[in-house]
Formats: sequence, structure tokens, C-alpha cells
Amino acid sequence: MVTQIQSNLVTMRKLAIVAVAMFGFGYALIPFYKKICEVTGVNNVVKADTVENTQIDNSRVVTIEFDSNLSGKLPWAFRALQTSVRVNPGELTTVMYEIRNTSDHAVTGQAVPSYGPQLAARYFKKLDCFCFTQQTLQPGESRQMAVVFVLDHGLPDDVSTVTLSYSFFEIEGVARKAG
Amino acid sequence: MEATHAHDHGHGHDEHAHHHPSGIMRWVQTTNHKDIGTLYLIFSLTMFFIGGILAFGIRAELFQPGLQYWDPEFFNSLTTMHGLIMVFGAIMPAFVGFANWQIPMMIGAPDMAFARMNNWSFWLLPPAAILLITSFFVPGGAPAAGWTIYAPLSTQMGPGMDLGIFALHIMGASSIMGSINIVTTILNMRAPGMTLMKMPLFIWTWLITAYLLIAVMPVLAGAITMILTDRHFGTNFFNAAGGGDPVMFQHIFWFFGHPEVYIMILPAFGIVSQVIPAFARKPLFGYGSMVYATSSIAILSFIVWAHHMFTTGMPAAGQLFFMFATLLIAVPTGVKVFNWIATMWKGSMTFETPMLFAVGFIFVFSMGGFTGLILAITPVDIQLQDTYYVVAHFHYVLVAGSLFAIFSGTYFWLPKWTGHMYDETLGKWHFWLSLIFFNITFFPMHFLGLAGMPRRIPDYAMQFADFNMLATIGAFGFGLAQLLFVWGLVKCARGGEKAPDKPWEGADTLEWTLSSPPPYHSFETPPVVK
Repeated sequence: MVTQIQSNLVTMRKLAIVAVAMFGFGYALIPFYKKICEVTGVNNVVKADTVENTQIDNSRVVTIEFDSNLSGKLPWAFRALQTSVRVNPGELTTVMYEIRNTSDHAVTGQAVPSYGPQLAARYFKKLDCFCFTQQTLQPGESRQMAVVFVLDHGLPDDVSTVTLSYSFFEIEGVARKAG
Repeated sequence: MEATHAHDHGHGHDEHAHHHPSGIMRWVQTTNHKDIGTLYLIFSLTMFFIGGILAFGIRAELFQPGLQYWDPEFFNSLTTMHGLIMVFGAIMPAFVGFANWQIPMMIGAPDMAFARMNNWSFWLLPPAAILLITSFFVPGGAPAAGWTIYAPLSTQMGPGMDLGIFALHIMGASSIMGSINIVTTILNMRAPGMTLMKMPLFIWTWLITAYLLIAVMPVLAGAITMILTDRHFGTNFFNAAGGGDPVMFQHIFWFFGHPEVYIMILPAFGIVSQVIPAFARKPLFGYGSMVYATSSIAILSFIVWAHHMFTTGMPAAGQLFFMFATLLIAVPTGVKVFNWIATMWKGSMTFETPMLFAVGFIFVFSMGGFTGLILAITPVDIQLQDTYYVVAHFHYVLVAGSLFAIFSGTYFWLPKWTGHMYDETLGKWHFWLSLIFFNITFFPMHFLGLAGMPRRIPDYAMQFADFNMLATIGAFGFGLAQLLFVWGLVKCARGGEKAPDKPWEGADTLEWTLSSPPPYHSFETPPVVK
């Protein structure tokens, strides 16, 4: 009977190790997915793109419209300094956005870009963007920030307008203390 | 406890501590697998009715278009809590209850391997259930992010979500401990002569299920811990702004979630594989292939998770892989269905209630399996994602699959557990009403889904009104029919015709060699299996 109990304990120990290892495995999935996204090029919204072809295609003009949004209760004012620009594919363009902290405490935010139409995302190459880093604003501080981009030649011909939209999210953990 | 050896009731030669406290303490302190099995089954029956009341709330709201009773946020709480309670409170504990009662008796062991841990596994569940239900009464209400608690909904909700997460943590811990116990019992405590390939199929399916639980419950625990730290401790696992990714939650969740759906169906396969040979009076056709089919389903379940997320924008190669891997599961599942039919072929069949539920299971579960195949096809799934077609599909496999198997097993083993025969007339009424009302409830949902009615929305367009009214009538009928089940259970527990040791002519597993009801400790001296 003692051997029975001992062998049971050995089995329990092995199974408990499996359970603990699987808990770790759940966390290991995160770097694993990040790597997969990196390798397959999915989801790299906060990294600078590289541009191979900077020859300007003067035969084509595309309108780029700018949009700005704030998520949740982020106490900021956020706007694009120009509503739209007209660019040629391949042309290096710089546009400006402005944020201002309207609250009485320092707040950190992160902008996430999105595109309309969605497929334009692949052809909108950002060389520099305020969305690559987190922005921290002191109370009342305002800041002008640049986006430097090149529109790729591959943009399908039927797309004549691209909307670039940024949403700012507060990043102090999602749980916010009141006030 | 160890110090309180009370050598009475003819257990004088026993090495374990057996004092028998009376009243409620008998149940609180029990380490006996039969007592704990009973506790699990009663707990799961209670949760089944609580989840059922929430389903009444859902169907009442959907009886007519427009908003009648609840505001949409509370409606979302109803669907979420119905799912969580039915999955983690009703179906899973019911199967663990069966495991506790049946595994020692079917493998010729005196009790489970770790009796004290067994007690703990059970008594973690009621506090978890109380936490879960309490969440209705905190500011912001109960979890309303769906039973899948997808981020970012779950990272933004009120404190109800924290209670839900703690409840899931505790239930997960309970499941893991229960599974360790089950695997150890099956691997180490079989009667002499019972090799792995001589084990009854119910034991096989539970062995594989327990391995699945040990492998994936910790992954769920990890996922909900990440939600918890995202909510309160400033981590950004799923917060896009902080460099996280909400889609990643879906990947981690479904890495748990898909094996989880097999955790809820494999023991059902096991029960049906015991019941059908008993009432066809023939040995199970293709025993070996059943074992391999069960193992294949379990292994495949780890590589199909992303078929729940075809619309999240994954590369076409990924969609193709997950589509074909999912379709592959139809092969071992088909093997099982054909084996059950071949077992019945030319058998001397009788249709007592357990057999009715088992045959009903094969019929209705196969329909759910087929809609699963349709949903596995990526382009179709993209159309049907989050419609009532999906709701119809998983209720066909979970209600008509898992639940009917639980009913089948309950009627099958009730004479053994209680020592009394159940009321056959009541049982037959229970079966036919359940089968008919089940189909009235869920069959129209296929059409609703194909026509585009989205799930988890308390209102709908006028053209869906007739089918929804029909589904609601069916749901209330189905719920009321379950009162017959309770009536039958109570009647059987309190008395009735004395059950012989082996009430079913064709049953041949070890538990039928014991008296009905069986002695407090099943096999003091192990039987020898030839």
C-alpha cells in the first residue's frame, strides 16, 4: 500500500509540473505571436517603413485626408493642422498634428493609426511618425508632431482618396482612478 | 482528521480514516468518491437550473422584437453568465461527478488516488459559483463580454469582471486538481489484469479528457491573469495603445477554448459508448478504433483554435491550414458515430430511457457535427460568424451532445447509485419532451443565422419575429421538461422498486458486480480481470 501511495505521488508531481509548465506556455505565446507577426509582416503599426522607390509619379494625384480621434476620457485636444493634402506617389511629404493636455495632471498617450480604405495601409509608408513613440504631456502642455510619409506606387488605381486616422489611447493601464 | 480513526460499521480493517460525521459535516469532510461524486452532480444540477433561468431571461427578451424587459447591457450579462455557468458550472462538474462515482468502480479501485484533494476540488466550486453570481449585484453588473471574455471588452468592464475572473481561477484550479486525481487513479490503481486496452471506454475518454484539462486550464488561467493585470496593474498585454494586441487574447483564449469544447464532449462519448453496447446486448464495435479516434480528436484539438477567428484578418495560408485541420476532425468523429451504429446493428435492442437518450444523442449530436463542418469552411464561416447559426451549432453539440449524454448516464447508473429503479414512464416523458422541445428551440436558429440574425443582441429585425417566437416557446418547454428529470431523481433517491446488482442485461463492466447501492468503499480487495 505504501508503494501505491508513493507511485501516486510521483504521478501527481509529474502532472503538476505539466500544469505549471502550461501556465508558463500561455505567457510564452505572447513573444511567440509577436515574432510571427513580425516575420509575416502582420500588425507592424508602430514601426518605421522603408521606401525603395522614391521616383515621383507626376501623372497621378492622390488626396490624403487627416482625421484625429481621442479614445475614452483622455483629457486632451488633438487635431490635424491641415485637413487634407494632394500628393504624387513617391513624393516625400510632411504633415503636422497638434496635441494639448487640457487636464491638471501629466498624461501619457499612444496614437494608433488606421486607414480608409483599409487596403491603403500596405501602400502608406511612414518614415517618421509620432505614433512610433508614447507621448507624455505635462498639465497644459501642447506639442506639434510630424508625420513623414511616402505613398507607394503600387496603390491601386481606383483609390483616389486615402484617409489617415489616428486615435490616441491613454496608457497607464486601463483601470483609471477617478479624477 | 488522521487522528480520528473510528473503527465502526465493519470498516475495522481499513487503513484510512473513516469516522462518519453526521449531518452536514458528513458532506463537508467527506473524502469518499461516491459522496463527492454526488456533491458534484447536485452542484451541477443546481447550476444547470441557474443557467437555465438566465436562458429564460434571454428567450423572454427575444420572444418579440423590440426591448421588453432588459436593457442591452444586462442582456449581454445574461448571455455571458448563461455561457459561463453552463460551461464551468453545469457541464464540466457533471462529468467530474460521473468520473468520481464511476472511475473507481469501473477499474476495480477502492477510491480515488488522492481522497483529501478530491474533497478540496469539490469544495472550491461553491465559493467560485457564489463569486460568479455575486457579480450581478456589484456596480456595473455581471461580466457582459461574452463567455469568451474577449479583450478589450473585458479589460474595460466594472468590478463584476474581476469577480468573474476570480471565479474562473478557482474553477480552473478545481479542474486541474480533479484531473490530476483522475489521471493518477486510472494509471496507478486499476485492478490486476486490467490493461489499458481492457479499460471501459468511459475510462479511456476521461483519461484523455483529464490530460486535456491539465494541458489547457493553466493556459486559460494565464489569459485571465493577463486580463487582470491589464485591468489593475498597468500591463499592456491586450492594450493596443501600450503595444499589446487584443487579437492575441483570442489566440490564447481559443488555444484553451477549442480543447475545452472536446473536454465537454469526450466524456459524453464515453458514456454513450457504455450505454449503447448494454442495450444492444453486443460488445462495442471497434473498441480499438474508438480509443485511437478519441486520442486523435484530443491531439487535433490543439491545432485548430484559429477557426474561431477567421474574421480577425489572418493570412490566407493560416485560414487554409486551420480550415483543413478542422475538417480533419470529422474523420475520427465519424469513426465513432459509425462504430456506435455498427454496435446497434443486428443487436437485440431495447429502448429504456438511457438508450433513448444515447440514440437521441447520436442523432442530434451528428446534426451539430455537420453544422460544425459547414462552419469550418472559411468563406462560409466569414458569412456566418457571430450569427444564430453558430448558436444553433454549439447548442446542438453541447445540449443535445453533452447534456443528453449526462441524462443518459444518469438514468443508466441511477439504479446502481441509489439502489432503486427510476420511474421508466417519467424518464421516457423526459426524453421525448426534451428532444422535441430542444429541436423546437434550436432548429429555427439555423434559419435565423442563415438569414443574418446576429447573436448577443437583445433586439432584432421584424422578419426574424416568427422563428424567435417559436424558439422561445421551445426553450420554455425544454426548461419545464427538466422538472420531470428532477422529479424522477427525487423519486428514485427516496425509494422505488429495488434495483438488482445488474439491472441491465447487456452491461458487463465491473461496477455491475457490486451490490446496488454499492458498499461505501467499492473494492476492498481488487477484482481480477481476465
